[in-house]
Amino acid sequence: MNGMHQLNRNGVVIDDTFAEAFGMRATAIIITAPTLKWARQAAITMTGYATSVIGCGCEAAIDRDLPASKTPDGRPGCRVMIFAMGTDELQKQLKNRLGQCVLTSPGSACFADLEGTAPLDLGNALRYFGDGWQISKKFGGKHYWRVPVMDGEFLCEATTGLTKLAVGGGNLLLLAADNAKALRAAERAVAAIEKVPGAIMPFPGGVVRSGSKVGGKYKGMMASTNDAFAPTLRGVVNSALTPEVNAVLEIVIDGENNDAVTAAMRAGLKAVIELGPKRGAVRISAGNYGGKLGKFHYHLKDLLP
Amino acid sequence: MKALTFSLRAEPEERLDLSALTPAGLAGLTDEQIEKLRVGTTRNPALVGDIFKVTGKDPQSIIFEGGSARFDKVGTGLSGGAIRVTGNVGLEAGRKMSGGSLLIDGSAGDHAGSGMVDGRLEIKGNAGDYLGGPLAGEITGMEGGLLIVRGKAGNYAGERLRRGIIAILKGCGDYAGYRMIAGSIVVAGRVGAMPGYLMKRGSLFLDRRPENLAPTFVDCGETDIAFSGVFDRFLVQEKIMDKPLLGARPGKFGGDVAVSGKGEILFRRGR
Repeated sequence: MNGMHQLNRNGVVIDDTFAEAFGMRATAIIITAPTLKWARQAAITMTGYATSVIGCGCEAAIDRDLPASKTPDGRPGCRVMIFAMGTDELQKQLKNRLGQCVLTSPGSACFADLEGTAPLDLGNALRYFGDGWQISKKFGGKHYWRVPVMDGEFLCEATTGLTKLAVGGGNLLLLAADNAKALRAAERAVAAIEKVPGAIMPFPGGVVRSGSKVGGKYKGMMASTNDAFAPTLRGVVNSALTPEVNAVLEIVIDGENNDAVTAAMRAGLKAVIELGPKRGAVRISAGNYGGKLGKFHYHLKDLLP
Repeated sequence: MKALTFSLRAEPEERLDLSALTPAGLAGLTDEQIEKLRVGTTRNPALVGDIFKVTGKDPQSIIFEGGSARFDKVGTGLSGGAIRVTGNVGLEAGRKMSGGSLLIDGSAGDHAGSGMVDGRLEIKGNAGDYLGGPLAGEITGMEGGLLIVRGKAGNYAGERLRRGIIAILKGCGDYAGYRMIAGSIVVAGRVGAMPGYLMKRGSLFLDRRPENLAPTFVDCGETDIAFSGVFDRFLVQEKIMDKPLLGARPGKFGGDVAVSGKGEILFRRGR
């Protein structure tokens, strides 16, 4: 534990450390369909292979499900957020994922859900699929494209908004006595964070088991295993783990802004602390790079319940 | 500041050209200057002061108290602010509007909203022929904005419409959407003969199946599209309609195939 000062809540040890996060570009869209099942299917497909900008180009996930009364077309839907390091990459990812995963999904429609500083193309980028039969409609201050497809029409708003205030890389490290307890703690944290609007967890089920450090011994590796938190390497590396810890899982959080990440980290901490050390994590920590790389620092002690 | 109000003294004896009486046209003018503006169209034209009693100070909000079918070109070129007429108006109301709002509590004559580019024109009564349409020699009709007629419209409503929305709530005459280029026309109530005749693109949205269509429109069947829900919501939220127009799964005719055939007539089925 490197002599780190620690706090204790409900028997769970809280490291006096911080999560280090970065400024990102982000956007949000609403995907609707005849049923929530198919809206989610389109969203899940669109946000597949989008866990980390390191290898996927973007980070994306469903922010929340929306009832029919909360969507522009009166059908059930969900809000999807996509994050990238630059505007061009974000536009590229958005266009490709929309075209291959949402346009193709039965009954889908797509709407903007973020008022940002600049527009990103949605329907503007896909309208040519209509091969001249696409229809432009402007009303109520919005611009839509209607593209004929085999089950009717793909309705898509022309653009959505870009925000430069997004934050990526908020995180919690959950240290437990075994895998089952680590997973239980992680699931509690994910369930709590899912209720926070404007925050997503892009990894599988919201959980990462292969937390990483920057670089590695092999040339060209941008990231490699976080050996300090790998229990099987305890003793042979400068480990951050005490003997009672045998499994660590990480929750990574991207938010529409600093407030969303703060709220999400706070909700996750609270859930894991309430679960307690006997059933969940014995200790909570966070990942950082010494504070030199990321603009946003989330100190765990400031977020405790 | 109280709205600049023009109270009609008596029915005018000549047709009036009221195009000068807009917020932009009256900005910075004194009461005396306003009263000396010419509005008559005969060899001895009437001045504002002859026709109206002028009160109020705020040129951004203009009210005509009392109307007449001889009030031509009300709100022509309106680019901002608001004009309200508590009565009927004549020809070309709201022509070439580019912003602001024009509310007519009565009926309007021909060519209301002709060449509109933006803004909102609402006519609570009926409208004459060529609603939003071009004048002779012009290539396009309305090019943007929102034009609402709470009563009936005459023939050729939306002729050469290029952009924007025209909503007519108690039916219209023949040839609605004649030679449309794009844009949207909403009609609740009976539509006359040949709606959409020679339309290239654009949409006619009707609350019932059209009768007397040109033979160059083809039946595309029932459509299951999300758009109808979004558009119906817009109509209700904007208080244009008090209930959905198209409903789920509207019927569709495509046409006019005599030209490019990329226009559509969407209509509520079952009526």
